[in-house]
Order: sequence, then C-alpha cells, then structure tokens
Amino acid sequence: MSIATVEKPTADGPPRRAITNQRNASDKRFRAVVTAGAMFAFLVLALIASFLLFRGFEVFKEFGFGFLTSSTWDSGTGESLNGASYGVAAMLVGSVIIAVMAMFIALPFVIGTSLFLEYYIGKKIRAVLVSILDLMAAIPSIIYGLWGYLVLMPHAAGWASTINKYFGWIPIFKVDVENFDASPFISALVLGLMIIPIASSVTREVYSRAPQDQISAAYALGGSRWGALKAVVLPFGKSGLIGGMLLGLGRALGETVAVLLTLNLVFKVKFQVLASAGGNVASLIASRFGEAGPFEIKALMAAGLVLFTLTLLVNFGASIIVSRSAKAGQ
Amino acid sequence: MSNASTSSILQEVQPRKPWVNRSQSVREMVKPTLIAGIIAIAIVLFTGLAGPLGFYFSFVLAFIVVSFIDGMRHDKVKAIDKVMTTLVTAGFATAFIPWASILFTVFQRGASAIYFGYFTHDMSYTSADDELGMGGLSHALVGSLLILLMASIIAIPFGIVTALYITEVKGKLSGLVRVIVQSMSGVPSIVAGLFVYAVVVSRYSFSGVAGAIALSILMLPTVARTSEEVLKLVPDDLRSSAYALGASQMATTFRIVLPTARSGLITASMLGLARVAGETAPLILTAYYSAVYSLKVTGQPLASLPMYIFQNFSTGTDTALTRAWGGAAVLLSFIFILFIIARIAGRGSRK
Repeated sequence: MSIATVEKPTADGPPRRAITNQRNASDKRFRAVVTAGAMFAFLVLALIASFLLFRGFEVFKEFGFGFLTSSTWDSGTGESLNGASYGVAAMLVGSVIIAVMAMFIALPFVIGTSLFLEYYIGKKIRAVLVSILDLMAAIPSIIYGLWGYLVLMPHAAGWASTINKYFGWIPIFKVDVENFDASPFISALVLGLMIIPIASSVTREVYSRAPQDQISAAYALGGSRWGALKAVVLPFGKSGLIGGMLLGLGRALGETVAVLLTLNLVFKVKFQVLASAGGNVASLIASRFGEAGPFEIKALMAAGLVLFTLTLLVNFGASIIVSRSAKAGQ
Repeated sequence: MSNASTSSILQEVQPRKPWVNRSQSVREMVKPTLIAGIIAIAIVLFTGLAGPLGFYFSFVLAFIVVSFIDGMRHDKVKAIDKVMTTLVTAGFATAFIPWASILFTVFQRGASAIYFGYFTHDMSYTSADDELGMGGLSHALVGSLLILLMASIIAIPFGIVTALYITEVKGKLSGLVRVIVQSMSGVPSIVAGLFVYAVVVSRYSFSGVAGAIALSILMLPTVARTSEEVLKLVPDDLRSSAYALGASQMATTFRIVLPTARSGLITASMLGLARVAGETAPLILTAYYSAVYSLKVTGQPLASLPMYIFQNFSTGTDTALTRAWGGAAVLLSFIFILFIIARIAGRGSRK
C-alpha cells in the first residue's frame, strides 16, 4: 500500500503564471467549439428552408403565385409539370380554419386551467396536477387521432348535427349533405384538446408572475377573489395568454397525423366547418406522399415550404409576445 | 377570559386568504352540490340531454345557477365570485374528461391485443386482420428503440452544447440562438420529415437512420431549452469558486457545471425523448414501416411503434384496430416510463 504524497512547492517549482485577463488557448478552443455547436440549430433551420426552396423551386416557377391561390391538385400525366396543376389554397385555408377554431375551442379551458392551478388550489395539489398536465402534453398526436376518430367522432357528429339544426342559418354552420363525420369541426376539437396543455403551461407561467402586492391590495379593498383576478391577473397576463394561444396555433397549423386520421381531405376551398370535407397542408403532404411521382414530390416540397414559413411566422410572433410579457413581469 | 375574547377578535380581523382552500369552504360546497346534482338528474331523466356527458353538463349549468342564488343571499359581488369559481373549476375539470377517456380507451381496448407473445413476435407471418393471439410488435418496439437511440446521439450533445453556449460562453449571439431554438421547436414535424426525405431518403433509401435524423431535429429544441433552464440553476458561486482556484472555463464547465447539473440534464434528455417517441408524420417520410424484425438501420425501412399504430389503423378492420390500440397502449406506457425517469432524475437535482 503506497501513500500518495503531495509534493511541497519548491523554489524551482512550476513557473508562476502571469496574471492576465486573456483566455488561454484551450479555453479559446472550447469556446469556439461550443459556439460552433450552437450554430447547429441555425444551420438546420437554414438547410430546411433552402432544401425545400431548392426542391420546390420548379413548382414555384411554373405556377408562380397561383400555387397559393389555386386549389386544384392534379398530377396530369405525372411525367412533367406541364399538364399538371398544383395549388394549396384549399389546404391553406383549411389549415387556418381548423387551427383558429381549435384555438378558440381551447381558449376558455386554457384560461380556466391556468387560473384554477395558480389561484384556486394549494401548492401540493398544484404540483400533482401540473405534472399530469405535462404528461397529457406528451400524448402522441397519433393517439389523439385514433381516439378522435374512434371514440370522439360518434359523439361529435351528434353535436355537429345539433349545432347545424339550430344554427344552420349561419353560413359557416350550413351543410350541403347531411354527413357530419370527419369534418374540420371534429379535427378542431381534437387539436383544441392537444393545445390546451401547451398553451396553459405558458399562460400559467405568466399568470403566476402577477404582482402579489396588487392582488393583496385588491383583497384589502374588499374585493372578492374573482374581483382580484379580473382587476390584476387577467390584465397582467393578457399578453402571456395571447402568446400561449399563438404557440398553440402554431402547433395546430403544423399538425399532421391527428388531422389526417380525423378529416376527410377535399381539394376545394370550403368554409362549412361541420361538413365532412376540409383541408390541411400537413396532412396533404402525408396523404399524397405515398403515391406521388417525382414531380408531385416537388409540389409537396413547395407545400412544405409554405407551411414552414407560416408556422415560423406564427411562432416567431408568439415568442416575441411571450418574452415581452416575461420582461414586464420582472 | 379576556384571552379568549382577544383571540376571537383576532380571528375576526385576520386577513382573508382566499387562495387557501379552507375546510369551511368545502363544507359550504355540500348543499349546492346536492341541489345541483338533483337538478341535473332531473334534466337527464326528462330532457334530451342523456348519458354521463349530459349529466355532467347539466350538473355544471345547474351548479352555476345554484351558486349564483346562494351568493345572492349575501350580495352581488359574492354571487359573481361564486359563479366564476364554478366556471374556472369547470373549465379545468372539463379538459380532464377527454384525457381520462383517452387513457381509459387506450388501456382498455389495448389490453385485449396484448398477450405474452405480443412482445416477442413480429408481423412477418401475420397479417393485420389475423386473430389477436398471433403476431406482435417486437419489430416496432425494437425499431423505435433504435431510432430513438440514434436520435439521442445527435440531439442530446447538440442540445446541451446549445444550452452551454447561452449559459456558459454567453456569446454575442445568445439571444439569437435562443430565438432560433424557439422557432425550431415550432417546425412542423412533417416538414422535418420532408427535409430529411429531400436530403437523405431520395438519395439512398428509407432507413432507420433517416428517421433518427428527422426525430433529432424535433428533439433538439426540447433538450436545449430544458438544459438551459437546468444550467441556469447551477449557482454562480460554484463557477466563481472554480475560477478563483485558477480553473479554466473548460475545466469549470466539465468538472463543475455539468456534473452539478447532471440529473437535470438527464431530465432534459428524457423529456426530449418523450416529445419525439410518438412522432408519426416524419417517420412516414423517412423510416417508413416494415413488418419484419430487424436491427439493420440503413438501406431498408425500419418499423416503429407509431408507424405500427398507423399501419394498423389504415388497415381498418376490427382486429387491426385492436392491434392499433395495443400499440398505443405500449407506446403510451413507454412515454410514461420516460416521464417517470425524468421526474426521478429531476427530484435528485433539487436536493
């Protein structure tokens, strides 16, 4: 058994290091490597955009602005772009309709969930419920889709027919054929359910930063709990709520499988949300991909670029709003 | 005597803590609940609203009315407060009904597909509408594990490095990097799939590696953002102490910061995995599906749990749908396990 001994520093030990505020060579290398690694995310985003643009360029050149305004999707002979006709208008409109509907369906539940968790229950129960909410956010979209098609649809078709019966005079609730299955309404219900946990985790964060002194002041003035929430928390958390809902909107715009399973894709711009026909760019890509020839693939790439740009804009807006509201809270 | 009266006065003037759920308020709830319940039963029995959902909604409506009347005995402010309490609670509770239904359906219907051989057989000799005692999802389970493993190898190091750039290097581009990561988390999964299809699959073939690349794109932002939160929790004192002892920044990062944050970083990785474990859309375009058990990750399609569910759903017969539910039950259990690991690791980091 040997005993390790620490040598005492001697007069001719290692030379004293010069005192400096310069980083040494290994640190410089370390910082360069980490910086390069962090640029990876940037690189990936740039690559995605440029590859989709590159592959879809021919389609954009051929159809120009018509790609966004036409809604026929016809491969023609499939051997060239001549004779084929591609346009994503119906799918784009469908995506927006479904996502916006989902957002409005989720909105009351997001507000309810955030307020309830922050201001109506104790800390211990909150911790449990928040982790359940996180777990719900992790349920894969294919399971939401499966459930939406097999369990929700029989119920939801009934609700849709009731809405149609009493509110059918409003144009968007009209239907031409009495079939309420696989409608944008049902997809929106499923997506709404999916975005509740995402949006409410952001909203809850912001609500929890509402100034406690102002809440106490509201109570001190004899206000009720709702009075305090209405006077302080809701105005304070408005931008957080908008940001959270926009994040949910971005998620809903890009959702593929849950929509693919619950929606009957039809290439026509339609505003009848209860009818069994609708569109969504993401599920268009997934559904056409299997049988697409080389030129249709190009069109799908172009559609992907449109979707990518749209969701990027929405998410960008959302993150700016959220970070601004976070700053206001500090 | 005087003591008792002082304390009773004190009790009267004590500040209200409306955010605390007092037992008194629980007792106050009994009567309105009973009345609303009776009204709801009456509505369900005598009108078109039927079934448990009908009962629930008429109960909520009745509760709103009852709590308003109850509050009006006091004053209007109290009445509105009570109504809003009911609404907020209902908003929260209603969201849980579909989730409970999802969990219940997945495990109830999935249970009939699952038997012992389910985890050891693949679907190479079994077609989707064969009876349930045959075939299994071993191929999908193994394929999913392989794809997730490869995705982690790409996404976890880059995710942590991205977080290190923001918290340790604190470079000029920190703000930009954060925005980029945020935008990346919003990339639709199908777009990630299309991208990998354009870059990898169209040149070579469907493969597990292609699927892993697509999933790593989706996983990176989650890992990066969670890691950033975790690394921020490492006290600056530790860093300063390390610098004071003459450690370089690299040594500080590797010997002090990362080990301190280790369990948090495990949490970040698990959350990233849980985020992508169920992704289906990108796999349709990249790894695709094969019914045969295989460990080969290049040159040929590789099965995965989400694609197993998707394929069985597309077949659409009763037994195939039951298989889809079985796959969903396995997938969901897998994700829950990842979550539990993340939780346990996260608890370790707080101590």
